[in-house]
Amino acid sequence: MKRKLAAPLVNGLLLAAAVITLFPLFWMASTSLMAPGESSTFPPPLFPNRATFGNYRELFAHAGLGRYLANSVLLATVATIVSLVFNVSAGYAFAKLRFAGRERIFRLLLGALVIPGQVAMVPLFLLLKHLGLVNTYGGVIVPAMASIFGIFLVRQYALSIPNELLEAARIDGASEFRIFRLIVVPVLKPIIVTLAVFTLLGTWNDFMWPLIVLTDKDLYTLPVALATLSREHVQDDEMMMAGSVVTILPVLLVFLSLQRYYLQGLMGGSVKG
Amino acid sequence: MRFERAAWWFVAPALLVIGVFFFLPVFAALLMSLTDFDIYALADLRNLRFVGLGNYVSLLQTPLFWQAFGNTLYFVVVGVPLSIGVSLGTALLLHSRLARFKAFFRTALFAPVVTTLVAVAVIWRYLFNTRYGLLNYALGSVGIQPIDWLGDPHWAMPAIIVFAVWKNFGYNMIILLAGLQSIPEELYEAARIDGASIWRQFRYVTLPMLAPILLMVSILTIAGYFQLFAEPYVMTQGGPLQSTVSVLYLMYEEGFKWWNLGSASAVAFVLFLVIFAITALQLRYTRQRAWT
Repeated sequence: MKRKLAAPLVNGLLLAAAVITLFPLFWMASTSLMAPGESSTFPPPLFPNRATFGNYRELFAHAGLGRYLANSVLLATVATIVSLVFNVSAGYAFAKLRFAGRERIFRLLLGALVIPGQVAMVPLFLLLKHLGLVNTYGGVIVPAMASIFGIFLVRQYALSIPNELLEAARIDGASEFRIFRLIVVPVLKPIIVTLAVFTLLGTWNDFMWPLIVLTDKDLYTLPVALATLSREHVQDDEMMMAGSVVTILPVLLVFLSLQRYYLQGLMGGSVKG
Repeated sequence: MRFERAAWWFVAPALLVIGVFFFLPVFAALLMSLTDFDIYALADLRNLRFVGLGNYVSLLQTPLFWQAFGNTLYFVVVGVPLSIGVSLGTALLLHSRLARFKAFFRTALFAPVVTTLVAVAVIWRYLFNTRYGLLNYALGSVGIQPIDWLGDPHWAMPAIIVFAVWKNFGYNMIILLAGLQSIPEELYEAARIDGASIWRQFRYVTLPMLAPILLMVSILTIAGYFQLFAEPYVMTQGGPLQSTVSVLYLMYEEGFKWWNLGSASAVAFVLFLVIFAITALQLRYTRQRAWT
């Protein structure tokens, strides 16, 4: 009797949790297709009376959403590629190459993980102002070009590369860069994809730093633009929902297509660490 | 020797970036917090004066700082246990042998984590709407009077907490699920042979085995929740009656709205010290418990 009830209970609770979790996203998508003002009626409608893409057209034609989308794509892509190159090579070196002070530097980096990034923001702003990078794409990208977390993630994975493999290549006369390119990178591929997804989502969703460093509207990323638009268009629910869809959909699709790597990275890294 | 030089080529770019754009600013923040760096110093550095701990002293005498600190503490003290509780509950459900469509449920419950905070905050602002919001509509159908979620100083922070739990629980859920999967099945079998109920299995097998991961999750979540910023920025702009001004929101306004950069650095450092102290206390407390 007890066992008979347990299975429906577990699955019922899971279903309820999933419905509550997904509902706001469903409501966003549905409302984005409603005519202006349609959602502000009582009782609140769940589906559009007649689905329309008018809000999207309006956003792209008059609110400059295309520009913000392009900014976000550009910044997230460049930051991800550059930081991958830097983090992967550094993570590998911390795991497998010998150099003076390696352990000390690595411990220092790990210790610095407790410092919230926002502590650096005020002086970083002044530094970038001095370098002429405030209110440029560079100002957003530069601080994101390497991360302690990324180095750590790669190092943990790279520790499992057998030394014999590297030694054999060295005896054959291969240079360190050749070994890195032809042996190490292929072995590290799973963790590289994991880190790529982490970084891409992180830079796409980042809000506080772009908000601080960008003042020119033309350079805004989607989150910054959406926050600004939502302060100007408080009453335009339907249009704001269309803006949210445009902001969320790309990252959601990236996550869904690569979730195996993302979740594995999260599960593997955390249990080991 | 040649070997070591090659190694430096691998680490130098990343270390340079982290050194120049993280360590240097953090160190500079400490120095700046001891000066009266403001808009005049921004225009001309000769206007800069050393004020010692002046910024910290005046901060501790500012009611808004204490309000922001109290609001943030409220968010952490209520939000973190709630968040981890939901994470643990859903992780247990997903781990259950009775659960079906596990991959689908796992993805569905995790989805809010990858969404853009600003965008989902905009969604929730409408769900919390007093007149047309679906939350009040749902509550109304069970006879609860409409609540002015984001307009009432008593309800604004709870509303932000509900939103934050929805947005974040999936992250810890996945980590805890990995922890649950690493508990050896024999322990449960032994407990069952001894006649332990489901509850006692949870209390005497699951929880102790999960303790190290729960500690790590709580340290990371507390540190993360202390960094509350975008939620009030988008949903309430710190209001109503400054009931949702967080420490970081205060830092942002001090620094980048009023250009009191010295004072803003002091706010950031206070936040860092608080997070650091709590992390250290947690580690020490659990270490002591493990020895006794």
